[in-house]
Amino acid sequence: MSSTSSSSSSSRTEASSSPSIFSSTILRPALADAFRKLDPRVMVKNPVMFVVEVGAIVVTILFAFGLARGQVRSPKLDLQILVWLWFTVLFANFAEAVAEGRGKAQAATLRKMRTTTSARRLREGETSDAEGEMVAATDLRRGERVKVLAGEIVPADGEIIQGIATVDESAITGESAPVVREAGGDRSAVTGGTRVLSDWLVIEIRQDPGGGFIDRMIALVEGSQRQKTPNEIALTILLAALTIVFLVAVATLVPFARFFGGELGIASLVALLVCLIPTTIGGLLSAIGIAGMDRLVQKNVIATSGRAVEAAGDIDVLMLDKTGTITYGSRQAAELVPAPGVTLDELAEVARLASLADETPEGKSIVALAEKLGAKAPSPEGAIFVPFTAQTRMSGVDVGERVLRKGAGDAVKRHVAAFGGVIDRALELEIERIAKEGGTPLVVADGKRALGVVYLKDTVKPGMRERLDRLRAMSIRTVMITGDNPLTAKKIAEEAGVDDFLAEATPETKLAYIEKMQEGGRLVAMTGDGTNDAPALAKADVGVAMNTGTQAAKEAGNMVDLDSDPTKLIEIVEIGKQLLMTRGALTTFSVANDVAKYFSILPAMLTGLVAFQAVSGAPSSSLYWALNVMRLGTPGSAILSAVIFNALVIVALIPLALRGVSYRPLGAAALLRRNLFLYGAGGVVLPFAAIKAIDLLVNALHLA
Amino acid sequence: MRQLRACLSITLVLFVLTCVVYPTLVTAAAQLGFSERANGSLVMRDGKVVGSALIGQTFADEGAHPEYLWGRPSAASDVAVTSDGASPLVVTYSGGSNYGPLHPALADEIAARVALLRATGVEGPIPVDLVTKSASGLDPHVSPASAAIQIARIAKARRTTRERVEAIVAAHTEGRTLGLLGEPRVDVLAVNLTLDRELPMTGKEPTP
Amino acid sequence: MSPRYLALVVVFFLVVALVAWPLGRLLDRVMAGENHMSRRLFGPVERVVYRFAGVDPAKEQDWKQYLSAILLFSFVTQLVTYAMLRFQDRLPLNPAKLAGVAPWLAYDTAVSFTTNTNWQSYGGETTMSTFSQLGALASHNFFSAGVGICVAIALIRGLARKETTNLGNFWVDLVRVHLYVLVPLCVVYALFLVSQGVVQNFLPATSWTTLDGGTQTIVQGPVASQEAIKMLGTNGGGFYNANSAHPFENPTPLSNFVQMVSIFAIPGALCVTLGERVKSRAHGISVFLAMTVLSVLAMLVVGHFEQRGTPILASQGLDLSFSSVAPGGNMEGKELRFGIADSSLFVVVTTDASCGAVNSMHDSLTPLGGLVAILNMQLGEIVFGGVGTGMYGMIVYVAIAVFLSGLMIGRTPELLGKKLDSRDVRFASLYVLVPSVLILGFTALALTTDVGRAGIMNVAATDAAAPWKPHPHGLSEVLYAYSSAVGNNGSAFAGLTAYSTDHPVFYSLTLGLAMFLGRFVPITAAMALAGNLAKKKISPPGPGSFPAHGPLFVGLLVAVILVVGALTFFPVLCFGPIVEHAMLAAAR
Repeated sequence: MSSTSSSSSSSRTEASSSPSIFSSTILRPALADAFRKLDPRVMVKNPVMFVVEVGAIVVTILFAFGLARGQVRSPKLDLQILVWLWFTVLFANFAEAVAEGRGKAQAATLRKMRTTTSARRLREGETSDAEGEMVAATDLRRGERVKVLAGEIVPADGEIIQGIATVDESAITGESAPVVREAGGDRSAVTGGTRVLSDWLVIEIRQDPGGGFIDRMIALVEGSQRQKTPNEIALTILLAALTIVFLVAVATLVPFARFFGGELGIASLVALLVCLIPTTIGGLLSAIGIAGMDRLVQKNVIATSGRAVEAAGDIDVLMLDKTGTITYGSRQAAELVPAPGVTLDELAEVARLASLADETPEGKSIVALAEKLGAKAPSPEGAIFVPFTAQTRMSGVDVGERVLRKGAGDAVKRHVAAFGGVIDRALELEIERIAKEGGTPLVVADGKRALGVVYLKDTVKPGMRERLDRLRAMSIRTVMITGDNPLTAKKIAEEAGVDDFLAEATPETKLAYIEKMQEGGRLVAMTGDGTNDAPALAKADVGVAMNTGTQAAKEAGNMVDLDSDPTKLIEIVEIGKQLLMTRGALTTFSVANDVAKYFSILPAMLTGLVAFQAVSGAPSSSLYWALNVMRLGTPGSAILSAVIFNALVIVALIPLALRGVSYRPLGAAALLRRNLFLYGAGGVVLPFAAIKAIDLLVNALHLA
Repeated sequence: MRQLRACLSITLVLFVLTCVVYPTLVTAAAQLGFSERANGSLVMRDGKVVGSALIGQTFADEGAHPEYLWGRPSAASDVAVTSDGASPLVVTYSGGSNYGPLHPALADEIAARVALLRATGVEGPIPVDLVTKSASGLDPHVSPASAAIQIARIAKARRTTRERVEAIVAAHTEGRTLGLLGEPRVDVLAVNLTLDRELPMTGKEPTP
Repeated sequence: MSPRYLALVVVFFLVVALVAWPLGRLLDRVMAGENHMSRRLFGPVERVVYRFAGVDPAKEQDWKQYLSAILLFSFVTQLVTYAMLRFQDRLPLNPAKLAGVAPWLAYDTAVSFTTNTNWQSYGGETTMSTFSQLGALASHNFFSAGVGICVAIALIRGLARKETTNLGNFWVDLVRVHLYVLVPLCVVYALFLVSQGVVQNFLPATSWTTLDGGTQTIVQGPVASQEAIKMLGTNGGGFYNANSAHPFENPTPLSNFVQMVSIFAIPGALCVTLGERVKSRAHGISVFLAMTVLSVLAMLVVGHFEQRGTPILASQGLDLSFSSVAPGGNMEGKELRFGIADSSLFVVVTTDASCGAVNSMHDSLTPLGGLVAILNMQLGEIVFGGVGTGMYGMIVYVAIAVFLSGLMIGRTPELLGKKLDSRDVRFASLYVLVPSVLILGFTALALTTDVGRAGIMNVAATDAAAPWKPHPHGLSEVLYAYSSAVGNNGSAFAGLTAYSTDHPVFYSLTLGLAMFLGRFVPITAAMALAGNLAKKKISPPGPGSFPAHGPLFVGLLVAVILVVGALTFFPVLCFGPIVEHAMLAAAR
């Protein structure tokens, strides 16, 4: 039930897999919660539904008094209206409770992880040799040091200051393969709740109790600390204004009716009011917000605030680190260029032989490329591996008297010269070309013959282009950040399909670039993991830190991606957009519904006024049928049908509210046209049909 | 304090500009350029003002004046304005009936007017403008259709042929401005003055 | 609907567009202090005025200072007007020796003219001396229009500027709009009106003996000069009771056409000014088109029902058909020279714009024709709207439309590159909310009080002795009055007696409050919005942001305006014109 249009392949943890909305574990407590939320102190936070509740209370009291005095004109109808008014409130509460319930289910799993952890705290001055004192994880304060041994759980988020260990982070990321964590560098952060599998670590705690990831995650999914986002606040104001307008519009009907010497029943007045005020969106507003955060957690992203998620929907520019994000970060063999007179096959064979014993990523990639080209000769007996040294700047094998080498151009040049060979002019031009394009030329030599050159380059990750194209379809400009020179950067930028690049980037230039973009009114998102990314992450409107990154980076950003997938922003943006779109669509739908509700309720109310007949001389029924364009059975059934529709539509839309309106990267105008058609035009038409159908049913069952 | 000074000074300047300079300028230019129109387009007969070319006149008792072209009914009234007491000035107070479409008086008054016209021998549909009150109560025109149904009556009262009356009416009928604006209309006062001049009433009393 | 009417509607909007284009560009240059041509002529005057007033034209104001200057100016001029009216018997230019205006009437009138409403609880010819017409009333025709333009310009600046608190200097804006635009235009316009027969003199009332020996006494005065600004400034307060139906105010079909065009001239021009200033002509044109669409819709409805007439008329053996020799239709309360077409068009133009001048009696409109007039005012006077007021009101609706569309495409809503926050929405909501509440609240109040009901003319029976019976048209009269007052329109279902010596207080007080709040609450909201917008950055438009122009934008804007307005007022309109229409149909 939680599927979105995302194509993310990220694995899901037990904790974040979402139960179906209709599973009884969520529905039953949600029903109870729906009643608990009737407390006016809770309701008042939602002005629209508060008005409905007050209306329901007023009608209930008046109905009770009226019944006691025997003054109710149509007790059966009034009672039904009354019941449906309460249903309207309960349905809205239920929607919110279901959304919260889904989060609670996740939180419960997370919470289990936290409860029993204890830690070995190192006192001031104690070294890593000390055993430390055992304390509860919840007693740890920021800045304290703890020691974690193999098999123990990391008690809180922190930074490794000593040691190296393999850590099982599956509880957080869902990735079952253990990762290596060590002091210093960009892999020094550990997360509370993860388990150390081997060796030991000394960790400096970076979070006070309750401020850690798991705590944030729990708070987020439970919606307990949910703060309204800016757009939600703005929408609430608009909805409140609409509510006031309708309140006045309905309340003034009483004097207008009295002007004609008539009295309008309080039940039908409240019914009209409840139908007109935007209960559909008002009832589902908080459920939409909670469900949005819930979806984010399901994507393994933790946001510090809903504001950041909403901002993600507005992102104009995304800045991506090249290394490790767009490319593998290591150079890979991409092409073999044979020298004149040398066949590609021969070059491939030799390049492969020269690299077979080379364990570096470059070496492995040469073997892989050569094998792809058909080289498959078995490793000859007695081959001696000659490793790379800073002096020779070459590596290779000696097979008998064959001296096979691969290395930098000038080094190999000297090497073949020593054998009395020269490098062909054409090959030299090729070497220059590769260097100019930002690649690394690796010349392969067999004795005095220079056979050709291996084109090593930083390789763009597969699928990157598609992901970046998707961002472009969402109107987001992608900018690659790299320390490379502009030439290399340009080449890679073209290959990966990013819109722009920032070459020779330093923390200062990154910051300046972001500021320049923001000056121009653009919203900038940035993904990064290194400590030197921290200032830029902090400056960006949306900073997504990789979970594998440093603690500094995580603290600077306002989101952490547990999967450490730099293009996760696609999903984050979609969730942000869905949040807004769902609110906008339901608001439009809610207001559009009013047209049909007017046409069902107002004729019924007007017909009740005897005065019009006195003035016009026309009988009551003829006036009703003149105004009753929907041809509803009776005035009573018309009002009841509208109220029933109004209540049921909230329930019917709960799945949509939780799932979110589907986002398609269509461009603003096409998207708007589509949603206006679906929720605007649809919102006008649907209730006519639905109310008419309900009315037929109501009349068939003789309910009114 | 600065604001107050700015406010008072600029208010004074603007009052002078809009209430002294502007109307004086316009009046001077109007009197120089279009003195006749600027002063009410008054119509003279025998040296006396008998009306304004723009202002419609009504007959207190239309039935008594079959020899004239009747204009549209009027809701204008004479109102005495407060003066210093000696001779209260009575002015013609412009305005419409303000009857809503369902106002009972509307139907009654139209019925009475229709009856009056029928009594003069009008048959067939009556143009609606002839029996409804204008907005100003001073409408100087009727539609050509409304004039047409009165021609027989006027000709009879003036003991002349329909053609002569028709010609006079046609002479004072104006088409649409630029072929688009306004409605074709007959200038009632001009027709009546021309009738008096060219087809004067010979006897004291025409045959009723 | 006659073919002439359809042609008239088309020609009318073509001419409005032709006038609005150069006028809007002129306004833009004048308000930016860039109009070199007229500056050479009046520049020295302008500088002397600033020195005299101690105003530094280079010093701009933030929204609070700008707003307080507006309020101060309005208060001072309102006070002056009140005094002039009260003491007109002791002031010059009172040829008819009229008494001073009674206190409540003077209060009501002073508020009315200050707020650009020009609701008249009196008949001009029997109440106002020439001095009052000129000094107390015509002056405000200029001032209130000027203030409206200033607010609109300030809000446009708020949209166009970035990261500033400066919105311009009210005193400078006010002087410039008078000196370079309003007064010069009015001089030319007034002389045109005189050429059509509008009177312009300082003569006493003229009397003559009519053909049947009766007496007609027509008040004379400086009508043309007042008429020009009355239309151009969308004021609408007539010199005579019959307003633009009076032959001395509006003598010919041509003068009538020009009057209608002049009502839409500045509101239409401000769309062009908006487009120029925010550097998006397409946006300005789109706003203009949205207004045009709403206006044409209204024109079609009014034209249809007025030309069709009513069953009451048809049942009397009357000819209601349009032809080359008769206008036909519902001619009650309409002038023959204008017929159904020019009158119906005028009804829509004067209620779309918050002008309120009338060339026909709206009280006598068919129920649905009257409904359109009422609804036009209830939409907030934004379809062209008042001079300035229409533009800033429209911008508020644009903000709401953009807010909804932003949500629907999943982006924080942007208005011309400015991200809308909750403060913007709060001010916009206030702008829309307050007028609705005022109209409904005051109408309800008047209908439930005896003194309120006493003013109603259209009741079920004319016989004074018969028991008083309520009538939907009576409700419409009261609803129209407060819609008109809150919308600062000033036209009326004139059957309502809003002032009488028996009941001087109720309507004067409530209409006065309605006009005051209906003017200054929206101005405050608009200025606060301007201040909030000016502070923001401007994001460049991208493929992901919804453009504030084009057919989709126009359609959305029209839909938002209609839905908000219609939903708010549909119930009360049911109790008035809609039931009346059903009754009329039943009366067949």
